[in-house]
Amino acid sequence: MAAIQITNIEKRYKSLRALDGVSLSIEEGEFFGLLGPNGAGKTTLISIIAGLNRADAGTVTVHGHDVVSDYRKARMNLGVVPQELVFDPFFTVRETLRMQSGYFGIKNNDAWIDEVMHNLDLTNKADTNMRALSGGMKRRVLVAQALVHKPPVIVLDEPTAGVDVELRQTLWKFIARLNREGHTVVLTTHYLEEAEALCNRIAMLKSGKVVALDSTAALIRRISGSQLVVKLGAGALPEGLKPLVTHPEELQVNGNGGTSGGKYTLRVNSYPEVEPILRALREAGAEIGDMQLQQADLEDVFIQIMEGEK
Amino acid sequence: MIGFQTLLYKEVLRFWKVAMQTITAPIMTAMLYLLIFGHVLEDRVQVYPGVSYTAFLIPGLVMMSVLQNAFANSSSSLIQSKITGNLVFILLPPLSHWEMFGAYVVAAVVRGLAVGGGVFVITAWFAHLSFTAPWWIVIFSLLGAAILGTMGLIAGIWAEKFDQLASFQNFLIMPATFLSGVFYSIHSLPPFWKAVSHFNPFFYMIDGFRYGFFGQSDVDPLNSFAVVLVFFVVLAALAMQMLRSGYKMRH
Repeated sequence: MAAIQITNIEKRYKSLRALDGVSLSIEEGEFFGLLGPNGAGKTTLISIIAGLNRADAGTVTVHGHDVVSDYRKARMNLGVVPQELVFDPFFTVRETLRMQSGYFGIKNNDAWIDEVMHNLDLTNKADTNMRALSGGMKRRVLVAQALVHKPPVIVLDEPTAGVDVELRQTLWKFIARLNREGHTVVLTTHYLEEAEALCNRIAMLKSGKVVALDSTAALIRRISGSQLVVKLGAGALPEGLKPLVTHPEELQVNGNGGTSGGKYTLRVNSYPEVEPILRALREAGAEIGDMQLQQADLEDVFIQIMEGEK
Repeated sequence: MIGFQTLLYKEVLRFWKVAMQTITAPIMTAMLYLLIFGHVLEDRVQVYPGVSYTAFLIPGLVMMSVLQNAFANSSSSLIQSKITGNLVFILLPPLSHWEMFGAYVVAAVVRGLAVGGGVFVITAWFAHLSFTAPWWIVIFSLLGAAILGTMGLIAGIWAEKFDQLASFQNFLIMPATFLSGVFYSIHSLPPFWKAVSHFNPFFYMIDGFRYGFFGQSDVDPLNSFAVVLVFFVVLAALAMQMLRSGYKMRH
């Protein structure tokens, strides 16, 4: 059974189509990334999954429970960290977490609350009023609130926006642990390196539509391979390597491989393709002055897909 | 049930933590009404035979405090949560519509009765009061507080800013309570306004409540009870429908 099954979701705000027939299936145990520019519909989609908003058409189920008709079971399975930094100024951190447990029908949850606070470095703020916390600390409490009922599916809507490096590391360490323990994690973020490092599968949204959906590795591979940049100290580029040059102007500038000392960018699809290139250079008597293997990253892919969808 | 209990506890704790503003201040206001109106009108007005004006006024003031504070509790809690955004903590968990309705309304009843009880304890020293039919006192105070708690819930869900809520309070709740016979018997009104008063549900709450003390009222307490009960059922159905459809909260 899918952790989250989204089928033909549509949502309009007056003339704006916020979501235009979105369908996605997120499997149990996945670390799933939902990416897209501002206004692409990510938060609207998360709100619909969380029951904070209702779709005009289509259905969403969480662990098989419809988020509207079977909302109590759906919400029991879901922990959501909202994007906005909200808090209740009347209560301390511990009171906030105890109450959130109670809303989920859990009494005497202190052992788990202590563990969550420990993992998010909140323990020494347990009895501090929410008002007195810094932005980063409030963000940690938001994460803790989403986890009080040990939800099998955790949704984080831009949890690291405006957050310092320390919290990001603490947070990802904890979330990655939960993911290893079997929790499904859905993440939206504008930090693409974060998504690339954490998510095993990614959907990209643009103008309310899914424009890409694949494993992170396949997405990066599909769009562009790696590039080997070599600067020759002496000798010329052998004929056999010329077809690999990705920027033809390099051949022009460097005099069609005649002169020595040129810089060439060569396409390589995988690491094993690097060795034959080096061998060809060695056999041709060329000397490598500098060399760099540049990986295409998710940001390249993201930009390419978003521009391709214009 | 744990969800309901927790939300109720939170709602009670919320006003209790600022009790100076939510309980002491309205008791003080009611005291001032009693001192001023009681002093000015004591020798000039007698509504029921054998009942002094101050004694007549006290149940009215108690009930007015119950009603206004019950309304203030649920409405202000909701609008604050909506505007600060922390309503999301109530909307994300699997709380049923009944649990939400029950918790907000019961917390409003608790606040209304806490203030009403405080007003009573302090003002009761100023006049001799009897308790002819104590069950009517209990029934009308509970139902009245529940009605205003429900109205507060409806207004809190409907309003998008403090200004709209203030309009609801100042142009609907305040006139309806002031014109319901807190300070006078509707028998002292001209026939037209007397007839109009019969369309004000607040009148029945206060009239029935007062009957519990003096055994005298403008309307038979059973009739008042019927009107108040129907009013509550209609409002509760409306509030439940709003919660069920997610009106303004899940859009």
